[in-house]
Amino acid sequence: MTTTVTKVEGAAVARVFREERGRILATLIRLLGDIDLAEEALAVALEAALVQWPTEGLPDNPRAWLIRAARNKAVDRLRRGALLEGKRAELETEAARDHEERLDRERARLEGAEGDSVEDDRLRLIFTCCHPALALEAQVALTLRTLGGLETEEIARAFLVPAPTMAQRLVRAKTKIREARIPYRVPEPGELGERIEAVLAVIYLVFNEGYAASSGELLQRRELCAEALRLGRLMVELLPGRAEPSGLLALMLLQDARRAARVGPDGELVLLEEQDRARWDHAAIVEGAALVERALAMGAPGPYVLQAAIAAVHGQAARAADTDWQQIAGLYALLVQAHPSPVVALNHAVAVAMAEGPAEGLRRIDAIAAGGALAGYYLLPAARADLLRRLGRLPEAAVAYRAALALAGNQAERRFLERRLAEVGGQSTAQVH
Amino acid sequence: MQYLLMIYADESRIKDATPADREAMFLEYRALTESLIKSGHMRAGDGLQPTSTATTVRVRDGKTLTTDGPFAETKEQLGGYYLVEAKDLDEATKLAARIPGARQGSIEVRPVMQMPPDYPRPQR
Repeated sequence: MTTTVTKVEGAAVARVFREERGRILATLIRLLGDIDLAEEALAVALEAALVQWPTEGLPDNPRAWLIRAARNKAVDRLRRGALLEGKRAELETEAARDHEERLDRERARLEGAEGDSVEDDRLRLIFTCCHPALALEAQVALTLRTLGGLETEEIARAFLVPAPTMAQRLVRAKTKIREARIPYRVPEPGELGERIEAVLAVIYLVFNEGYAASSGELLQRRELCAEALRLGRLMVELLPGRAEPSGLLALMLLQDARRAARVGPDGELVLLEEQDRARWDHAAIVEGAALVERALAMGAPGPYVLQAAIAAVHGQAARAADTDWQQIAGLYALLVQAHPSPVVALNHAVAVAMAEGPAEGLRRIDAIAAGGALAGYYLLPAARADLLRRLGRLPEAAVAYRAALALAGNQAERRFLERRLAEVGGQSTAQVH
Repeated sequence: MQYLLMIYADESRIKDATPADREAMFLEYRALTESLIKSGHMRAGDGLQPTSTATTVRVRDGKTLTTDGPFAETKEQLGGYYLVEAKDLDEATKLAARIPGARQGSIEVRPVMQMPPDYPRPQR
């Protein structure tokens, strides 16, 4: 196998490993039937690679080399009974003999063509990590640990929990997968749509954790965005026939494209219409928009595709004044149908206000307010205040801005509302709570 | 792999049910049980008398403490169970979803611990 004798540095080994870890681990979990065993075996194989590759050269197929080495180590260890008592007992049972036969078959397969179900392995792994029988926080941690390139300590820092807590969370999740026998497979067609949704929800949650982090916060939090994008790309690659993964990737790219312009010099939130569009990442916008086009062409757009389409329309306007609000209002109307929620209805109303004038938007917002579902949501009075301001009804606008201030949570939001309140002639109300 | 499907429901609803409703529920459970036997999933299953008949036993410092009532007072009580054979958790949850009690109460799905082959077992 090690025919190409080139001098390899430890750094090169580390790079191969970082890029390939998720794939290799996914395959090993299938071969060995256990996440812990696979992780352990892979760590041992990596140590072997660090010793051998620099002297013997990089193997032709480093991934296959690592898989084989890890699998052999695991089988050795099982044979020697160096693992837990339970595993040894298992070896003596019929089930273990089946397991051995399966390993032999896999060995034969691995000897031949490069495992062609490697892509399937990563799909199996992500569906197992995002299985609804696991707590959401465990799904997130497990996905980042196995398919993402993050260490337990890195995940802990990103989610602002102590490392032992995160380690415990991972152990508990892996134990449940093993003991309750959560299957390692791609779900059946009948449940696939629902299960893909669950995976996308985990990825989007990871993204939003990173996106919500302010510029002063830990670097690891920002890296969550990069991880989410990586996982989003993986889903698009693995499920090319599905529109929603493309929709989610596009949505994340288009939001991430605005990152630099979204926060002002003092850490304050800059609204979309006031952002310096020169600071947007236009390459990401182009990529996101192309993904949206492709996803829309697949028909029956779901919530991610529609949200991405809306973000793409914003992204393609050179100036805020050039925004095609007619189109955005139309997309929101579809989103209200596909994914009805009061927040979506509120956004729809705001888009309608931009497309057809503030009076029509205000009528819709008042109808939503009368429904009562958004009581306590600061963006409702904030949007109302903005429309009243545009209609020149300044005293009413001031009342609505005060109502929004009473509900707003973070500093950036409060500063923005206070500025607007001052503009419509209301008192600055730093003490409002 | 065996899973215990524990049927939790609000007992008072069952107590207050009309005879016709009870009869309908009984027939539904009967049909499910027949179907699970036929498909080879069923290992055991029973309904339980209400928690008013329950006794909780604890041994502390070698002394047996016996108290009236269930282990924990909750809004839903364990009312019965199925012990099923399923290939994985997905299959077990599918079986659990077919239990009539799942529509009003909840089914807790628990994998059964695997014991060594020489572990004592009663005759069945």
